[in-house]
Amino acid sequence: MRIQRKTLLVVVLILAGLGGVAVAQRSLNDYVLSLVNFVGIYIILAVSLNITNGFTGLFSLGHPAFMAIGGYTTAILTFPVQRKAYFLAGLPEWLARTEVPFLPSLLVGGVMASLAALIVGVPVLRLRGHYLAVATLGVLIIVQVLITNLESVTRGPLGLNGLPALTDLWWVFPWVVVTLFVSWKIKFSSFGRTMLSVREDDLAAECCGVNLFRTRLAALVIGAFFAGVAGGLWAHLVTAITPKSFSLVLAFTIVVMVVVGGAGSITGSVVAAVVFSVLTEFFRPMEERLNIYGLGEIFMALVMIFILIYRPMGIFGPREPRLLKPDDA
Amino acid sequence: MTGGYITQQIVNGLILGSMYALVAIGFTMIYGIIRLINFAHGDVVMIGAFVTLGLLQILGWPFWLVSLCVLAAGAFVGLCIERTAFRPMRGAPQVTGFITSLAVSIMIQNLGIVFVSAQPRNFTFPGFLQQLLRVGPVSFRAVDLVIMATALVLMAALILLVRKTRLGVGMRATAENLDVARLMGININRTIMATFAVGGALAAVAGLMWGGKFGQIDPLLGFVPGLKSFVAAVIGGVGSIPGAICGGYILGLAEVLFVGLLPPIYSAFRDAFVFGTLILILLVLPNGLLGKRMEDRA
Repeated sequence: MRIQRKTLLVVVLILAGLGGVAVAQRSLNDYVLSLVNFVGIYIILAVSLNITNGFTGLFSLGHPAFMAIGGYTTAILTFPVQRKAYFLAGLPEWLARTEVPFLPSLLVGGVMASLAALIVGVPVLRLRGHYLAVATLGVLIIVQVLITNLESVTRGPLGLNGLPALTDLWWVFPWVVVTLFVSWKIKFSSFGRTMLSVREDDLAAECCGVNLFRTRLAALVIGAFFAGVAGGLWAHLVTAITPKSFSLVLAFTIVVMVVVGGAGSITGSVVAAVVFSVLTEFFRPMEERLNIYGLGEIFMALVMIFILIYRPMGIFGPREPRLLKPDDA
Repeated sequence: MTGGYITQQIVNGLILGSMYALVAIGFTMIYGIIRLINFAHGDVVMIGAFVTLGLLQILGWPFWLVSLCVLAAGAFVGLCIERTAFRPMRGAPQVTGFITSLAVSIMIQNLGIVFVSAQPRNFTFPGFLQQLLRVGPVSFRAVDLVIMATALVLMAALILLVRKTRLGVGMRATAENLDVARLMGININRTIMATFAVGGALAAVAGLMWGGKFGQIDPLLGFVPGLKSFVAAVIGGVGSIPGAICGGYILGLAEVLFVGLLPPIYSAFRDAFVFGTLILILLVLPNGLLGKRMEDRA
């Protein structure tokens, strides 16, 4: 019976969330609303990187690369056909004549990001530990360079601007729920246990019959899918997308969220994503008033170093609060 | 494409390579001794460049004195980074150190933005270093000659330090096996601090050169050269000092020739080329050219 009660709790939470979205869309001003949207997108990013980085222990800095691929794909697909003609004159004929609704565009963006993760992952996932981190950082820089130089499709360093402002909470909230749901299902399934075993001791896992490579690849590809979707949501929230948006600083921000929240803890990722994105926003007016930029980043780096020294497992460790855990886990 | 053009490109590559090599030595020494990829190392380059700017241009000190001060400043920054960020974390998993170094790097960059502003600044060396010299078809400035000579002298001094002195023996022993070295009575903390100091000093000199060569500096300048120097260290085999030097020159030459010899459309892809090389080397030749075999890499 308790399992049912938990299901009920989740349903009530989702309904309450939808109610909250309805209220928020009506009553909040644009600034707060966009902040809430950003928080949602950061939750998607942190929770999805947590699948790769937290569950499976793959230290990937490539998340913004997958975001960029998803974001650009979505942006090009949703771009109005009449404006494509002069804005993106170099596009291939079939792309120039298609305009796709938001949902399928987001899905295609996610799939493209997953495909990129698959292509990159097959060679790169043979590396371990910080060599993997360096290689994925290399991937991030390569993707940035490619986007900057493939001008016919991406308009190069100018980026795409004037995208339709499609993202609102009605889009972000369901995607947050989907990300959380998938991540939750993975964590408390045999597949998730496989991932955790790969993180804890890959040799022992392999001896128990776990296919290391396939598990690692799956973790990277699933994480990349949600990164791609988040990139699409991001692009249509900011209504512009440039290669500079997806930098190493962004990679670092998402990694900080996962590590501070506790690698492997979904709740931890969510809490850290909320806290950090709100705090960064809190620093912005101060930076502007004092005309000193970079305070937010310094603060974040300091918090990171302190957490690593005094609480290296993060706030939640790999756990979830008992209230939310399935009973058999 | 004449022979003269190619010789010119090779000279340019050697100059760039000298700078990469100096930074790569620090990466490789630090990695060798505590298995840490120190991403903040590139930012010491930036600090070196700004110290040079401050002393040379604003205070107007003589060049030789400035160079010594830059060496000292780099060593000091290296020490501070080790003491405050990495020592409390010794013994933690590798990835923890790696994230810490990223955090330190982002902090230094943003402190740079806070204190000296993100505006790029012009940087000029005194007149006698700006003279244009010609040897046959190749022309270069005196500063290029100074860069190469200084780099070679410093590298020679470093190799002597590591091979011949007590401190160097301690460093090599610690790199071989930290625990056993400690049992043999080597002061581990002092050795590690010395490694960071030497690495920092070399990186800061590279920063002085970077400013002199490219004429413009800003607080973010260290990051990409830092990453590329890491690539150089990987090419040579992380942990090996001669490897880092070779890797630096190979990468410098390869990058300049890639830009100089291929049609100009490709030159915008130079960073992609460098990091593509990195991934390739990690996969095909994980121990680099001169590195020892290590199991935990791939």
